[in-house]
Amino acid sequence: DKYCYVFRSADEDRKIEYKAAVKIQSWFRGCRVRAYLRYLNRMVVFIQKWWRGYRSRRYFRKMVETAYFIMKMNFYNEMAVRIQKRWRGYYVRKYIHNYHALKKYLEAVSVNNEIVRNELQEYAEMKENEKKRKDLEQKEKEKKYQARKMHYLLSTEQIAGVYNSPFRKSPDPMELLLRKSKPLSHRWQQICPRPPTFSMPQALPPIGRQKPQGPFRDTAEVLQQRYKPVEPTLQVAASINSLLEKAREEMKWEEWRNRIHDNEFLPFSSYHKNEKYNPSIHRSGKYGQETYGVKHFREVQPKKWVADKDFQTVLPSIVLFEKFGKTYSRAGQIV
Amino acid sequence: SGVISLLRPLLLDVAPNIQHTAALALGRLANYNDDLAEAVVKGDILPQLVCSLSEQNRFYKKAAAFVLRAVGKHSPQLAQAIVQCGALEMLVICLEDFDPGVKEAASWALGYIARHNEELSQAVVDAGAVPLLVLCIQEPEIALKRIAASTLSDISKHSPELAQTVVDAGAIAHLAQMILNPDAKLKCQVLSALSQIAKHSVDLAELVVEAEIFPVVLTCLKDSDDCVKKNGATLITEIAKHTPELSQLIVNAGGVAAVIDCIGSCRGTVRLPGIMMLGYVAVHSENLSMAVIVSKGIPPLCACLIEEHEDHIKAAAALALGHIGRHTPEHAAAVAVANVLPTLLAMYMDTHSSGDLQMKATLKNILQKCTYLPALEPLLHDAPPNIMKHIIGQFSKVLPHDSKARRLFVTTGGLKKVQEIKAEPGSLLQEYINTINNCYPEEIVR
Repeated sequence: DKYCYVFRSADEDRKIEYKAAVKIQSWFRGCRVRAYLRYLNRMVVFIQKWWRGYRSRRYFRKMVETAYFIMKMNFYNEMAVRIQKRWRGYYVRKYIHNYHALKKYLEAVSVNNEIVRNELQEYAEMKENEKKRKDLEQKEKEKKYQARKMHYLLSTEQIAGVYNSPFRKSPDPMELLLRKSKPLSHRWQQICPRPPTFSMPQALPPIGRQKPQGPFRDTAEVLQQRYKPVEPTLQVAASINSLLEKAREEMKWEEWRNRIHDNEFLPFSSYHKNEKYNPSIHRSGKYGQETYGVKHFREVQPKKWVADKDFQTVLPSIVLFEKFGKTYSRAGQIV
Repeated sequence: SGVISLLRPLLLDVAPNIQHTAALALGRLANYNDDLAEAVVKGDILPQLVCSLSEQNRFYKKAAAFVLRAVGKHSPQLAQAIVQCGALEMLVICLEDFDPGVKEAASWALGYIARHNEELSQAVVDAGAVPLLVLCIQEPEIALKRIAASTLSDISKHSPELAQTVVDAGAIAHLAQMILNPDAKLKCQVLSALSQIAKHSVDLAELVVEAEIFPVVLTCLKDSDDCVKKNGATLITEIAKHTPELSQLIVNAGGVAAVIDCIGSCRGTVRLPGIMMLGYVAVHSENLSMAVIVSKGIPPLCACLIEEHEDHIKAAAALALGHIGRHTPEHAAAVAVANVLPTLLAMYMDTHSSGDLQMKATLKNILQKCTYLPALEPLLHDAPPNIMKHIIGQFSKVLPHDSKARRLFVTTGGLKKVQEIKAEPGSLLQEYINTINNCYPEEIVR
């Protein structure tokens, strides 16, 4: 019995110890595994930490780069804007709407206008003066002519003239003119409207009354030589149509002698009535040049052709004649 | 009547005196009246004249050319009849004659024929008249030069091709030299010929300018003869109207000053080309219109507007002012300072005048750019609604920014006037009025 209880208690102890041992071992194994898992975790976290840091540093670097790039570009843009601003202002002001040049131009225009106006004014004044002078001269000429015509109104010792009244202090200017002017004779008035003759290059030397000393001819002979009448030749003396005229005269007298019948020979009255006006070849077309003689030289009548086509020219065309009519200007209208 | 049939056989008479006298009689008859001229044509005289022209002496040629001229001047149909009889060839042969009287009569006849329309001018050119006319211009006799110049002017006025033909014959150089001639009628014709050539195209105008007419033409503007002044101004106008560069050339040569003096010194239709010239110069660019303003162009134009009686001159002056004023506010201010806007408005509202379209365009152009408020104020009181719109618009643009102007506006009673205007709500006018009212505090608006 004791052994049974000892064995049963030993068995139960053994079971209890076995279970305890299993428990302890499982707990220990669990601890070990847990430690191992913890270790693994830690390693994984470590790796992930490292990886994520790497990724984000890369990203950060990229961000920094882009930010830098954008800053650079903004800066460049700013600078470009400044340059363009300056350039555009300069360009517009110089080439497109140059205010100062415009102002100067307008001033120059007004100055030029003043000059032109002055010159034109001078020109007009000059013309006026010329006209006035011409009028004055005309009047003077008229007055002088009048004075010459009325020369008889001059005052003499006995009778005071019209313009020289005794009550005046000094004679009238007309009186002075009359005194100055030569009397006008009517002979001058007739000779004045003379047809223009060819002027002799030199006048002949005058012939004096007496024969000059020396071996000269007598005055009578010299006068005779100078004033010898012209003796024209027969050709000059006879008129151009003289022969013809003489012949006609003869015929006329013969006719007159021999005519029996006094009534004039009247032409057939109806002969001229139906006469139509035949325009020349130049007129028969519209005004302008006829093409016959210029553009074509043969008349062509297709109805009279034997075969149905025109006969061909065999000769080669002449180069020079091809150029006929191709003139430069359109005034001749051949082109 | 029976006279013509009596005269006709006399033309064929043996004695040259009788022929000559008969031709002269026919010419005088035809000259007097165009029925008689038609009777001359119907009496079949022209072919006989033309046939006998070639062999007769110079007096007969002169008389025959006189007959042709007298017939041709009345109407295009008669001139056409002359051309159909083949008279042009004969006249051109007469142009080659030695005697200057014959040449003068022939070129006069050609001038009258060419005057009517383009086909007749083309016929005259086809007969080969132009080079001979250019030769005639170089002759020493002044009457011949005068008539040859007037014929060239009649030929070139119809179309650019005809003008080009005249230019090709070398006419411009001779015409340009003849401007210096002291004879007034000759200058008149020469200037008209050059202006007819220049008016067709830019190239022709440039050719005319290259002939160095420029300082010389300005002396023509000072001539005592009205016709010369008018034609000189026409020439400058025709040149200026093509391109800005040509106008620039004219301004640089001082042409604007000369034209302005010319306008100031003349009266009546002589002023019209000068006014048009200022309008054309001003319309090309704002620098040119500033140049016109600087040369004191506005006072004569205002004087023209006020003094002249004829409507088309007033309309032209108004147009010119409009072109000057419409580029920028400074230009409009310059025009407005001259106190011309009330006159324009009065003329616009005057129902008798016929130029109201131009006036309206002018007013609109100037008002759209005008910021010179003291000049706009008098207009507020009288203007009709469509003009009022523009005036109020201008006020509404300027008043929000300028306080002194606002004060002035109130003191002169402008604000009160604005309140009195009734406008439909939603229209532009109402918007402008609202803008103006917003500039002022509420009490004043009440």
